[in-house]
Formats: sequence, C-alpha cells, structure tokens
Amino acid sequence: MSFPVRQIRNGDFRAAAKLITAIERGDPSAVPILKALAPYTGRAQVIGITGPVGAGKSSLINELTTGYRHLRRRVGILAVDPTSPVTGGAILGDRIRMRDHLTDPGVFIRSLAARGAPGGLPVLVLAEALHVLDALGMDVIFIETIGIGQDQTAVASIARTTAVVVNPTLGDEVQLLKAGFMEIADIFVVNKADLPGADRMALQLAELSDAVNPAPVFKTSALKHEGLDELIKGLNDIGKKTRR
Amino acid sequence: MTRQTKQSPRPLHRPRVLVAKIGLDGHDRGVKLVAKALRDAGIEVIYMGLHNTPEEIVRSAVQEDVDAIGLSILSAAHRTLFKEVMRLLKKQRADDIAVFGGGVIPSEDIPGLKRLGVRAVFTPGTPLEAIVMFVKEGLKSKG
Ligand SMILES: Nc1nc2c(ncn2[C@@H]2O[C@H](COP(=O)(O)OP(=O)(O)OP(=O)(O)O)[C@@H](O)[C@H]2O)c(=O)[nH]1
Ligand SMILES: [Mg+2]
Repeated sequence: MSFPVRQIRNGDFRAAAKLITAIERGDPSAVPILKALAPYTGRAQVIGITGPVGAGKSSLINELTTGYRHLRRRVGILAVDPTSPVTGGAILGDRIRMRDHLTDPGVFIRSLAARGAPGGLPVLVLAEALHVLDALGMDVIFIETIGIGQDQTAVASIARTTAVVVNPTLGDEVQLLKAGFMEIADIFVVNKADLPGADRMALQLAELSDAVNPAPVFKTSALKHEGLDELIKGLNDIGKKTRR
Repeated sequence: MTRQTKQSPRPLHRPRVLVAKIGLDGHDRGVKLVAKALRDAGIEVIYMGLHNTPEEIVRSAVQEDVDAIGLSILSAAHRTLFKEVMRLLKKQRADDIAVFGGGVIPSEDIPGLKRLGVRAVFTPGTPLEAIVMFVKEGLKSKG
C-alpha cells in the first residue's frame, strides 16, 4: 500500500485533503491512489443538497451533521460555490454556516469552486472526491450544489439521495418546475419553516410532486433547530429504498 | 465524458487562501475587502468571517488544503493568537502553509511575529494590491 493510501485509510485528514487538491488539478499522481482506494469505497451514504441561492442548504447541512454525529456517524461535506467567470477566482463561503463542526475530528468539510463546470457542478471531481471521503471513513457525505438558477440536476447522478431545499417564500411553483428540480428530488425540504407560508408551500410541493415524481416533503427550520430528526429519518428511509 | 482538467497539458494550479478574522472583536469590513480583492485576482478564497479560534482556523486550513492563511486581528492578544496558530499548524504537520496577518499591530511587535514564522504583516492603510501581490508572488516561489 502506498503511503497516502495508508494514511487515508487511517483517517488522516491532511492526506485526504491533498489528494482532493490533486484531483481538482487533474494531477495524474492521483490516479493510482484512487485506484488503490477503490476497494474501500461504496459504503458511505451520499446525500445531494440542492436548491435556490440562500435557501439554507449550508445551514441545513450544519444541523443535519449535528444529528448524524449524535448517531455516531462520521460526516464528510463537499460544498460547491461559483467561480467568477471573469477572473477565475472564487469566494467559498459555505463553511461559515457550518460553525458547529469546525473542530470535530469526525467531520471533514471541503469547499470546491465550480471552475466553469457545466451547470456549476464539477461532477467528475466530486465523484472522485466522494471516493476519498468514503475511504477516509466518512459514513455520510453531503454534496452542496451552487444555488444559482443553473441546471444542477447532475447532482442526482452522483448522490444516492437528492434533497431539494426550498423556502416558504419561494412562491411561484412554476419556477420549481422550470428549474428541473421536481424530477430529481428524492425528498423535498421546506426550510425556514419558521417563516409564514411553510404549510402552504409543503402542500403545493406534495401536489406537484404527485403529478411529476412522488417524493416526501419535510418542513425544517435550521434557525430554530426544528424538524431535523424527522428529516434524518426520512433521508435514511429513502436511502434504503434507492440503494444501488 | 472526458475529464476537463486533463485537457490542459499542465496541471492547473489555482491558489487557495483562507481568510478569516481571529479573536473576539469586531466587524468584518476589512476581511471582506481582502477576500474580494484576492478573488478578483483569480484566487480561490475560503472565507470564514468573524470570531474564529486558532483551532478552527488550522483545522479548516488543513481540510481545505490552502496555500496560505490570512488573518485579521484587532486585538491586543495578537502575539498569543498567532503563536497558537503556528503551534497548531506544526502539530498538524501543516506548517508549510504560509501565514500572513493584518490589523492594528504596533510596528515594534512585527519582528516578533516574523520570528514566529508569520510571513508578512499588513498594517492599516496598506493598499489591497500589496496584499494581492504578496499572495501571488509568495505562492509562486513556493511552487
Ligand atoms: N429564518 C430562517 N433563516 C434561515 C434558516 N436557515 C438558514 N437561514 C438563513 O438564510 C441565509 C442563507 O443560509 P445559507 O445556509 O447560507 O443558505 P445556502 O442555501 O447555503 O446559500 P448559498 O450557498 O449561498 O446558495 C442565512 O442568512 C441563514 O441564516 C431558517 O430555517 N430560518
Ligand atoms: Mg451554502
């Protein structure tokens, strides 16, 4: 076993982080390491979290991570933010909402820039980074997509379960249909349920999804820490059903 | 589907820098401006905002595999805070990450910080371009 492979299998965060960087750079040295790690992957529960800008995706991941840590599951998070098309730079700000877990040795958080990937989702980088976190021993892995109104449906191709997060104020359900979210959702989350209109939104979603692609609807408030146990149970139930 | 990154002959090196305010004080105007200036220079910035502890910074820096950490400090405790960051980086075997700082730091304290391993200290009034230059040049020589 090569050195980085052994380190990652031993749960070394630094080695895992370096390998993800090599993957992002397209560095050929990553290839044999990934190959050697392959036998130790395929075990993690991979959950895609998508939805419009500011819906509370990162805040929700923070809360769900708390829940999964209580269940003694180790949690990996891959959070994608947009790259500036002009300069190629990026401000990656999802971690700031995941404050509760920054020093927990059972949680690994990595921010990734979209770097011009189609739909803002660097699918191939994510797929390989998932293997790294899986081999690192993470039991649950979240992928947070960028929130802009681009086509982010590709997340469903790499996540075992895809949760679409919306807000009560989103209003126009036609927008949801247009964005292609209805088709990919395994589960809907109406977050910010502390704001008015959550019940109405949940009902609308349930009706719409019945017509297109039946999926359960949950209400949460990341702010008030509400509805999270139910959502975790829902994610686990779905996870069982959709297991490949 | 082909892997996009493989199309370029040379692996793409895009510097990653963690930018944060450390300690209990304040407002985030300064760090935000630095973060934006670095982004506009083509750098990927992991932005951590206010109220971070040395441990939060170092663990985040390791997981994000950054090339540099930029810390803004407005507290009289700058020496203690920087010292703790450098100690934790060493402990994580991550002391190859360049650390630079900014804030109201008395000039007589700067040599002491440099001795701790802090690469550069930017006091108020430093043009943002100087910080951008430091990051770009400093990281280039690092390879
Ligand atoms: N009232 C209320 N506000 C919330 C809730 N969850 C998140 N927020 C707020 O919504 C804003 C956006 O939250 P984020 O978690 O950053 O949302 P996001 O979907 O990750 O945002 P992007 O990554 O930028 O697309 C923040 O100001 C949060 O404090 C909630 O349950 N209720
Ligand atoms: Mg976010």
